[in-house]
Amino acid sequence: MRIERDTLPDLAAGAAFLGSGGGGDPYYGLLIAEAELARHGGVQLVPLQALADDALVVPLGWIGAPTVSVEKLPGGHETVAGLRRMEALLGRPVDAVLPIEIGGGNGLAPLAAAARLGLPVVDADGMGRAFPESQMAIFNIRGLPACPAVMTDAGGSVVTIQDSDNLAHERIARAVSVAMGGIAHMAEYPLSGAAAKAHAIGGSVSAAIAAGAAVRIARRQGEDPFEALYAALRASGLYPHAGELFDGKIVDVERETRGGFSLGRVRLEGFGGEGEMELVFQNENLVARRNGVVVAMVPDLITVMDRETAESITTERLRYGQRVKVVGAAAPAMLRDAQAMAFVGPEAFRLGEPYRPIELLNHWTDA
Amino acid sequence: MRLGVDVGGTNTDAVLMDGDAVAAWTKQPTTGDVGSGVAAAVDAVLEQAGVRHDAVARITIGTTHFANALVERKALEPVGVLRLASPSGTALPPMTGWPDDLVACIGERVFLLPGGYEVDGREIAPLDEARVRDAARSLRRDGVCAIAITSAFAPMNAAMEERAAALVREEHPAATVTLSHAIGRLGLVERENAAILNAALSTLARRVVESFGTALGSIGLRAPLYLSQNDGTLVPSAQAAAHPVMAIGSGPTNSMRGAAFLTGVEDAIVMDVGGTTTDIGVLARGFPRESSITVDIGGVRTNSRMPDILSIGLGGGTCIHLDPALWQGDAPQAQALRVGPDSVGYRVTREAFLFGGATLTASDVAVTAGLARFGDPQHLPALSPQVLHTILARFQRMLEDGVDRMKTARGDATILAVGGGAFLIPDSLKGAAQVLRPGHAAVANAVGAAIARIGGQVERIVDYDATPRPLALEQLRAEAQARVVAAGGDPGTTQVVEVDEVFLSYLPGRAAQVRVKAVAELAPAALAAGPRVAAMGARHAH
Repeated sequence: MRIERDTLPDLAAGAAFLGSGGGGDPYYGLLIAEAELARHGGVQLVPLQALADDALVVPLGWIGAPTVSVEKLPGGHETVAGLRRMEALLGRPVDAVLPIEIGGGNGLAPLAAAARLGLPVVDADGMGRAFPESQMAIFNIRGLPACPAVMTDAGGSVVTIQDSDNLAHERIARAVSVAMGGIAHMAEYPLSGAAAKAHAIGGSVSAAIAAGAAVRIARRQGEDPFEALYAALRASGLYPHAGELFDGKIVDVERETRGGFSLGRVRLEGFGGEGEMELVFQNENLVARRNGVVVAMVPDLITVMDRETAESITTERLRYGQRVKVVGAAAPAMLRDAQAMAFVGPEAFRLGEPYRPIELLNHWTDA
Repeated sequence: MRLGVDVGGTNTDAVLMDGDAVAAWTKQPTTGDVGSGVAAAVDAVLEQAGVRHDAVARITIGTTHFANALVERKALEPVGVLRLASPSGTALPPMTGWPDDLVACIGERVFLLPGGYEVDGREIAPLDEARVRDAARSLRRDGVCAIAITSAFAPMNAAMEERAAALVREEHPAATVTLSHAIGRLGLVERENAAILNAALSTLARRVVESFGTALGSIGLRAPLYLSQNDGTLVPSAQAAAHPVMAIGSGPTNSMRGAAFLTGVEDAIVMDVGGTTTDIGVLARGFPRESSITVDIGGVRTNSRMPDILSIGLGGGTCIHLDPALWQGDAPQAQALRVGPDSVGYRVTREAFLFGGATLTASDVAVTAGLARFGDPQHLPALSPQVLHTILARFQRMLEDGVDRMKTARGDATILAVGGGAFLIPDSLKGAAQVLRPGHAAVANAVGAAIARIGGQVERIVDYDATPRPLALEQLRAEAQARVVAAGGDPGTTQVVEVDEVFLSYLPGRAAQVRVKAVAELAPAALAAGPRVAAMGARHAH
């Protein structure tokens, strides 16, 4: 399939949902992709299976503060410069690119480079959603090296991080992004086609497009956009369970910033005073409790959506009084194995409760 | 004495305030040339009160003119767009995602130039003065006189925009320059959009403000002329002519501020019931709560300061859809009854039953129920008590739902009911501690214009690890108050009305984006030195 300009709003809406409350509002990413595709034409979206085993595939994304990214906009050459340097380091051309995380603005990040260089985008990503830290990528979970990584900025600086272990890479990359003005482009975890096929989260880009399209079409036809969203997620196979966790009104939002993360909790009340829900977030929504009982926890997806329009609301835009539905979806299976749990499960976020799958907590399975 | 005028699409309202009392008021039809309608309304209130023209200390006008021009794509002019941010931002050129018809009005004279700031205050690139001059000369050659300048992080440091404006004026003296930092907040695309729209309105704005001045001069009024803005503050007319975008939402704002003034209640929910909609806004300390997200103006996303208004489809002319066969029966099924969203609007005086028409409107229902008395009740159709009750219960639920959506905190709020259709608001609403109905509610908007105060605002990103939060906030409050005084505010009356704090995630440390707004009464000295009606219009504030 090809991603054309008219696909972009669906991809952005789907990426916003998969952001699970984080990853930033994809609006600017959408505008940038629109401008790039207007100049250079659409891009090819290829399945993981189409990659040759010896292909070179590079995940791309932006690292930094969403607040800065709405003021210091990309120059456009960051992506290309990063890929060129990666090619020089590895001594071979890049064959395809993919988003490091599908959730939020980064879900659209590789489109600029793909359009400019005529490269295909792989229908896959490194997180299956959004996560706050680079080491939460599936590639790190599976023990692949983040380095060499190339960071670039609008001013033309190119910083390569080589031979670091993945934790050091994350620490250095954070510091470099600050030195680059609070927002930087990063190419990291360069993969062989074989490694991508074994470890990338396949189907996430097309799942995002399908989710966005389902909501748009349902709204146009006067049908329930939420039911359409759940059906699209289930049909993707990647997010096999999805449904409503709560329907109500936000009655309290508490937030604080610690160590560069936006932490907080949100309380909701059901209409007519029926029941309540509490969400805890660290950039992304981490856990949902209904009447004190856990109904969803990371890495499963928890997204707050406007109950009329089914637009996803990022944690930074949650406000008292919003009428919302809290929607949950099962994380891709690769994020749920024992190895992944150590990096992206409840313990990785110090939630102090063992992981339980969303479909069991909500009796969404027939079994 | 203070004069307030609200120029709407249909009516021009004026009030004369003697201290805190309404001395006289009038509603006149808005005229095609706007100015003469304003002059007529002003003459009418002065005559009513028996007051001489020189007793008027100041006149403030609120107008919907600029909003209508954008929506209707009328009288917009081509704009030269200078963005100071390169090499950043070249991937996302100005006016990306705009409606094609609007881009066609404004043209695509875009200059992406080096400049702008980083979040930490460094320059992204130094300003290239020669290229700014080149751009200005090129626009001058092509006869483009409206110019919008936007630099990255300008709300935190406006120096580069100011310098570029000075260069443009040197090369192109006839240009009207809009600077983004004066218009919007952080979020470059939305702020630039607002600046471009503002520039596109600049000739129209100058003409409209001049016509106010000329019309008032012609009736011998020499008081300083101010225009009211979206945030409920006023600016001298010459400055207002330079910032029409900041006056676009002044109508609802004035109505809310007027309601607060007339009741003495500063924290409340205002419900302004017109012919087609009920506009619901929130007053905090006497000022409307601003929309925290982006505002769509004429199909373009902006972040200009605008009141946060929820419009629900219930007004005096709202059509009630219920099969006439059911009008005298039992309470109808929920799905058999639909209220609006269509309305007969201003045609209510012809089409409602009350006025001999054949459309069942909200006004017909209200008069039948004894909530209001106007029109000819003999024409009203018979509705059974159960049907009447069901329709009124639906109104009530719509209004309660609207109130609940706009609330910022738990607990019951005071409701201020204004506008011609305020009788639709019951005395008891869920979520309301009380419903107040101010006198002169029909001209609350003109009252809001008359009582407007001068404002000042500071917006900055603060690192709380470097400056402790209480100290940082205190400094910003002091700075906002200093700005108000510099703008002509009376130092004894300054008041901080809003502190908005957004923490920045994904950055180390504890940084927050803080916005502080202060207001003050106009100092008598500023009034004395203010621009006279007859002399205004020729100058441009930056």
